[in-house]
Amino acid sequence: MQLDTTRPAQEAMLSVRGLKKVYQTDGGDIEAVRNLTFDLRAGELACLVGPSGSGKTTLLKCISGLMAPTEGEVLLDGKRVSGPPKKMAVVFQEYGRSLFPWMRVRENVELPLKNQGVPKAERDRLVDEALEAVGLSHVPRSYPWQLSGGMQQRVAIARAIAYQPEVLLMDEPFAAVDAQTRADLEDLIRVVWKKLGVTVLFVTHDIDESIYLGERVIMLSSSPTVVQEDIVIDLPDDRDQLNTRALPRFTELRHHVYEQIQLAKKGHRPAAAGSRSAGRPDVA
Amino acid sequence: MKALATLGYVLALPVLLVLLWWALTLGAVNFFVPTPGTLVGKFGEVWFGPRFFSDVLPSIGRLLVGVAAAIVIGVVGGVLIGSVRWLRALLEPVLEFFRAIPPPVLVPVLILLMGITDSMKVAVIISGCVWPVLLNTIEGVRAVDGVLSDSAHTYGINGWARIRYLVLPSASPQIMAGVRQSMSLGLILMVISEMFASSSGLGFTIVQFQRSFAIPEMWSGIVVLGLLGVGLSFIFQWAERNILRWYHGQKEVENAA
Repeated sequence: MQLDTTRPAQEAMLSVRGLKKVYQTDGGDIEAVRNLTFDLRAGELACLVGPSGSGKTTLLKCISGLMAPTEGEVLLDGKRVSGPPKKMAVVFQEYGRSLFPWMRVRENVELPLKNQGVPKAERDRLVDEALEAVGLSHVPRSYPWQLSGGMQQRVAIARAIAYQPEVLLMDEPFAAVDAQTRADLEDLIRVVWKKLGVTVLFVTHDIDESIYLGERVIMLSSSPTVVQEDIVIDLPDDRDQLNTRALPRFTELRHHVYEQIQLAKKGHRPAAAGSRSAGRPDVA
Repeated sequence: MKALATLGYVLALPVLLVLLWWALTLGAVNFFVPTPGTLVGKFGEVWFGPRFFSDVLPSIGRLLVGVAAAIVIGVVGGVLIGSVRWLRALLEPVLEFFRAIPPPVLVPVLILLMGITDSMKVAVIISGCVWPVLLNTIEGVRAVDGVLSDSAHTYGINGWARIRYLVLPSASPQIMAGVRQSMSLGLILMVISEMFASSSGLGFTIVQFQRSFAIPEMWSGIVVLGLLGVGLSFIFQWAERNILRWYHGQKEVENAA
């Protein structure tokens, strides 16, 4: 079974093509990302895992248009990304530093819409729906710093939802919240993704999380980064923190991804570095 | 009850100081040190009358106009210089030079250039008050959090919206610290601007009393300056509490954690 990761341009919502990023520093050039190519079709939920320092954040910054790649390009819905695109929302890991502390929860969620000139009635509806979706309807008048970490990240997610993006990028969004909150937030992402039909690229260093959440897991090699492997997660669509994680298939996938990450850490690179690799793991 | 306690704390030391002053001047007849009684008498006599309108109000007016203009210039200039890298590189050495010039030495020059006018006095106040606001704003603008800035950028918050919703609120704690310094500096410069070749104002009146050996009157003028400072400080604190409510709240949460 072969997984075809490159698709005709009209089918891919997000295309990363031959992306390379070199940082120029006083101490010489640092190649953070060597050559990355992958596509996400519309409505897909893909997780990106890689060893720490594998350039995940660099990649995300290039995709979100915050940083220009040294070589290669990012296409969103067929159009080249040269600055932050309107159809994209990003949720950062540092929830405490991504919300405006001088604005109340509701104002934070509302601001991007207000800035776009969405009419007040429409704005109110979108904000209400977004806060409802993340279970925060009861705290619109609080300031972010009055909330727990998990709730602050919910506000950031609500802000992203209300913005109605076609692509949602998440940069290790749950790395800084406690384990129980994390499980809740993972389920929240699945629910929101299904409800909105949005394309999600979820970056994480947590192997279990990537398998539990994703329809697909893209593994990165260690720096300078290429795609180590790209696999389909063939778990049932209805996921459950207890039962899904107890499935034998979950364990197999986990083993496989873990092994690959270990190989990546040791510096092993896929045979044809840079080209997309071939699909399903040979396990079981 | 709590308000009463606060009032007690506010008034305790002033009352004690006045009592001490009263006790120490009880038997004394020093020409240069009036008793509290004399001073209070003179205070009412001198300041609650035509002088209030001819000297006190114009002085306060110039002070407020000068400080307000300095805040506007400082914030606008600070946002510009703080946001534009090449502008900062170009201006920073020059700013250091101008900042180092004590504003009082400018008074004679400004008199020559602008005449003995209200504008000259306001210009003196601005020339000194603009620096704390300007330099603090530059620092505040430069220190905008990277993640917050990225967030705003990804949501298309750019240009004026970025300044309004991100840069200004983010720099507001530093800006307010600059404003606080400017206000006390403004009071000093208000007096100095009126000491040279002036014909009205608080500073002028106090110097006038000194030269005519009207010592209790002179002291009463100094008390007016002190009270003015206290008044300004209260207004500032009230404004700061409202503008930086989020900042103090956040600090409190961080400290509790």
